[in-house]
Amino acid sequence: MSGDPLFAGGVDWVVVAFVVVKALIGFTIVMVGVIFMIWFERKVIADMQNRIGPNRAGRWGLAQTLADGIKLIFKEDLWPDKADKPVFRLAPYLSVAPAFLTFTIVPIGGVFSGGNDGAVELFGRRTWLQVADPPVGVLFLLAMSSIAVYGIMLAGWSSGSKYPLLGSVRASAQMVSYEAALGLSVVAVVLLSGSLSTHDIVAAQAGSILDWNVIATAGVPFAIFCVAATAELNRPPFDLVEAEQELVGGFHTEYSSIRFGMFYLAEFMNTITMSAIIVTLFLGGPAGPVLFGPPLIWGILWFTLKVLVFLFTFVWLRATLPRYRYDQLMDLGWKRLIPLALGWLLVIGAQRIGLDRGWDRFVTGAASLVVLTLAAVALFGAIRVAERRRQSDQFGEVVA
Amino acid sequence: MGYFDGFLVTLKQIFSDRVTSEYPKEKRPKPLRHHGRHVLNRYEDGMEKCIGCELCAGVCPARCIYVRGADNPPEAPVSPGERWGFVYEINYLRCIHCDLCVEACPTEAITESKLFEFSFTNREDAIYTRSELLVGDDGKPKKLPWEDWRGGDDDHTSAWMRATSPNGQAAYEGRVQWSGELGYGVRAPEAGQSGDPELAPPTDVEATAKGPLYAGSDTAPGERASDHRHVEAS
Repeated sequence: MSGDPLFAGGVDWVVVAFVVVKALIGFTIVMVGVIFMIWFERKVIADMQNRIGPNRAGRWGLAQTLADGIKLIFKEDLWPDKADKPVFRLAPYLSVAPAFLTFTIVPIGGVFSGGNDGAVELFGRRTWLQVADPPVGVLFLLAMSSIAVYGIMLAGWSSGSKYPLLGSVRASAQMVSYEAALGLSVVAVVLLSGSLSTHDIVAAQAGSILDWNVIATAGVPFAIFCVAATAELNRPPFDLVEAEQELVGGFHTEYSSIRFGMFYLAEFMNTITMSAIIVTLFLGGPAGPVLFGPPLIWGILWFTLKVLVFLFTFVWLRATLPRYRYDQLMDLGWKRLIPLALGWLLVIGAQRIGLDRGWDRFVTGAASLVVLTLAAVALFGAIRVAERRRQSDQFGEVVA
Repeated sequence: MGYFDGFLVTLKQIFSDRVTSEYPKEKRPKPLRHHGRHVLNRYEDGMEKCIGCELCAGVCPARCIYVRGADNPPEAPVSPGERWGFVYEINYLRCIHCDLCVEACPTEAITESKLFEFSFTNREDAIYTRSELLVGDDGKPKKLPWEDWRGGDDDHTSAWMRATSPNGQAAYEGRVQWSGELGYGVRAPEAGQSGDPELAPPTDVEATAKGPLYAGSDTAPGERASDHRHVEAS
């Protein structure tokens, strides 16, 4: 498979115009999405807490986000005396930019089934319904989620204040930890589709529902990715970064006005982007049955519906789960998710090699699962022994 | 389900009733004896009840009431007594709505309505004068532009009186011990304070007026007659 057919005939001004318009449309989709996501989150969480939620601005409070945004713009822009001003100003942009850039690689529609390559024809040019399709797609996703750490870390550090610093230290530790699990669970997907490009990953899932990566990888990488993505987003139950009760507001304590608004925007932009990425990587992106009418519309509709399910789930998580303790968070990341992701990667790798060599599927699967179980027993045994030893090191003398 | 039970709990809440209401648009029912903005009552013939004795001003812990009494003009008396309150002011920037003035008043002249949502925007409006506090010719409180009156807020302005009795004796519960009011006449006692309204003491005005309440009763003073009946019933 090659890249976007838009570039097949060389780059002229029409192609440039196409790219610019696509970027603008993509940005608009995300911005409008954020506006409605904030409203949606506030309404749903209010419903789950037996409240009414925003209902003053516009019908059903739909314009609440807009009102909040306008208010934020007109607020006084403060910074602490000890703030490192250039970095303090830069940090919010470092937070917002990766959130949007990640969205550019998501194919939001297109017909992939029946030999189609997902291209649509507009003004005599064929193009894909995604802003960009870099050949390193998935790596780009991981790179961007790493850059998002900088936004938070620099915001906390440049504030020159204690709570933001503590919040950002937590944040960077958390995000770096969960990036490993995130990356390892994506490798399983890449292994199956044989490409890093998001377009190819979606194309590989175009057949029936059995081709969706969530089923093709037996669900485990999907579950790991969802948990790691929630942690990566700093959303509840992994919102230790903000932890109002302990850290006031975390890394954005000292931010006000639209600079605070940017962090808020980035948070929700990331939520939407991450939901879209989960749908793209595991749930076939725009794949779904075409009931009547043009298949293109149905592709966009299915994609939107799948994203909405995840957005609702993120809100649901927030309404239901209490926050993790810091050591529990690290335990879950390092001692459970990473080993599991690594082990499952090996199981899937064994299956792929077995396919190449013509080994029996079930024998290979059973053998790798047995090895995985043994390894898990060994790992958890080692962790328990280490914990016990550490405890006796700490308390041994006192008891004796 | 174990770990996932919590998700069901939060999901169910979406379909359950809201505990909050859209406040300025809709209001919760107020308690019958809510302490709100005061009213100055009048007798059925339109005479003012206030006699300018200043007991309310004396008892007020917030010192928000200012009263000056004057002798009634003989040809056109304002109150049935010797004197009348020709200046009566309550400063609502100070009032704590403790209702002590209502309890102190010997003529049931001052009682409280259920209105508490009055957002005046200057100090002059905050000080209510006699003409603003006095009930109108229909017996209802006057409604000032900055006050948010809703249905029922202007009823039961003398509820405290009718709940116990003007002298505060619990044994007088259910006995009419109060005078009539302009627009309402002698209001019936508030029923059902001791539980079942059927068990409340009879509300015969004449019987009460004839003699001591406790005479012929096996109930000790201070005890509620209905308390005994209630125990037997249960």
